[in-house]
Amino acid sequence: MTSRRSNPESLRVLQLRSRLLGALRAFFASREFLEAETPLRLATPALEDHIDAIPAAGRWLRTSPELHLKRLLAAGASRIYQIGPCFRLGERSERHREEFTMLEWYEAPGDSLTVMATTIDLIRACSQALGKRRDYFARDPEILPLADAFRRHGLDLDAAIAAGRFEEELCFRIEPHLGLSRPCFITDYPASMAALARRKPGFPHLAERWELYVDGLELANAYGELTDPVEQRARFLATAELRRAAGRVVYPLDEDFLASLANLPPCGGIAFGIDRLLMALLGTQEISDVLSFPEE
Amino acid sequence: MATFGVEDLKKGLRLKIDGKPYLITEFEFKKPGKGQAVYRCRVKDLITGNTFEKVWRSGDNFETADLESLTVNYSYENGDDFAFIDQNSSEEIVLTRKQLEDKWHFLTDDAECELLLFEGKVIDVTLPTWFYAELTTCEPGVRGDTANNVTKPAFTKTGWEIRVPLFLNQGDWVKIDTRTGEYVERVANPNDIKKK
Repeated sequence: MTSRRSNPESLRVLQLRSRLLGALRAFFASREFLEAETPLRLATPALEDHIDAIPAAGRWLRTSPELHLKRLLAAGASRIYQIGPCFRLGERSERHREEFTMLEWYEAPGDSLTVMATTIDLIRACSQALGKRRDYFARDPEILPLADAFRRHGLDLDAAIAAGRFEEELCFRIEPHLGLSRPCFITDYPASMAALARRKPGFPHLAERWELYVDGLELANAYGELTDPVEQRARFLATAELRRAAGRVVYPLDEDFLASLANLPPCGGIAFGIDRLLMALLGTQEISDVLSFPEE
Repeated sequence: MATFGVEDLKKGLRLKIDGKPYLITEFEFKKPGKGQAVYRCRVKDLITGNTFEKVWRSGDNFETADLESLTVNYSYENGDDFAFIDQNSSEEIVLTRKQLEDKWHFLTDDAECELLLFEGKVIDVTLPTWFYAELTTCEPGVRGDTANNVTKPAFTKTGWEIRVPLFLNQGDWVKIDTRTGEYVERVANPNDIKKK
């Protein structure tokens, strides 16, 4: 007979994760979303300025399922979600793992505001299902344009970007104050930080993009999705040039994705870190508190 | 010169910035999902001992610092020079009084010391933590004054001034912490111990 040792902490994490995954799937089932599965190894990971993929036998592990999920939307799906592992090279800290669990969902017809409404319902449903921080998540969230968040701390967004200090100011001066008493949505990112978002209708200098913060922790990034194949190609090529100039790997263009964009309906989508959602529900700043195998 | 990228930074790493050696004493990685990674470090200047905060971002590159540690034994003094013998090579390494700063006051024959070398030059000397010395100059204690924390000045053979409790007298032996140069406690005269 093999001996078995009980570890109360890893058992507790397993139970919490299982309940959270169950709550998420129940939430999407109740809203008639379809659960999608997409390839884990990709020949053409999305070209992003600051996200690097881990090589895997001539391909790369997905950094996000975004391009494949949009192809499903272009093929006629209207509400889809996916929960599964994603991989990002070099991201390891008390809040990061190179391998982490991502939730993405897309709503068509929709935009960044329909996704925001769904997000508020979803985090409240998870808080209820796990019996965690109901008061915090029941509060009306704060909606704060990025430039106002900088101004609040005596900083100028455009000046910070021009000086190459955007991330430094954001991470060390601003983020620690976001979402302390209620969830906070940071909105109105500059168009230069749009990636796969469309420009905000009527405000071409802005991206239709927001991020959700709880306890100073970034949980999710959402877009009103870009459906223009010409602009998307131009952005990918600009990113490819930036990566080439920096001596970083330049992934091939995903021509199947670009071809499908012409059929992509107006939609909104989101990438939501599930380990971080559990951190927020438990009120911890350590990702190791929510992983069954934190040392991996 | 070996170089490395910002992604290899970690606590305890030693690197060269503007030609000088530094040690990373604290390290923090931050990265917005879509943004550039930033690395906030607390950095110690290995020559001056000063620390400061520094933020680097992805794409930054560094040179490794050519640092070497040697275990040596103190040998002899000759004017303003102090000679040490490298335990590995048996070679003599000579440091000046100025290079040793206050530490020359705490050298005993054959004491095992650690030398830190940067590009072949000694930048730091670590002595044995405890140095035992005779008080060669010390005013007599004042009888009856037993108040705590009252001290008086005293001097070792080399002229190092320390504050000692009132009950100590000239000819007494003391233990000194070589990291601070301060009095620790009274000890027995090691010569007496040897006689027994």
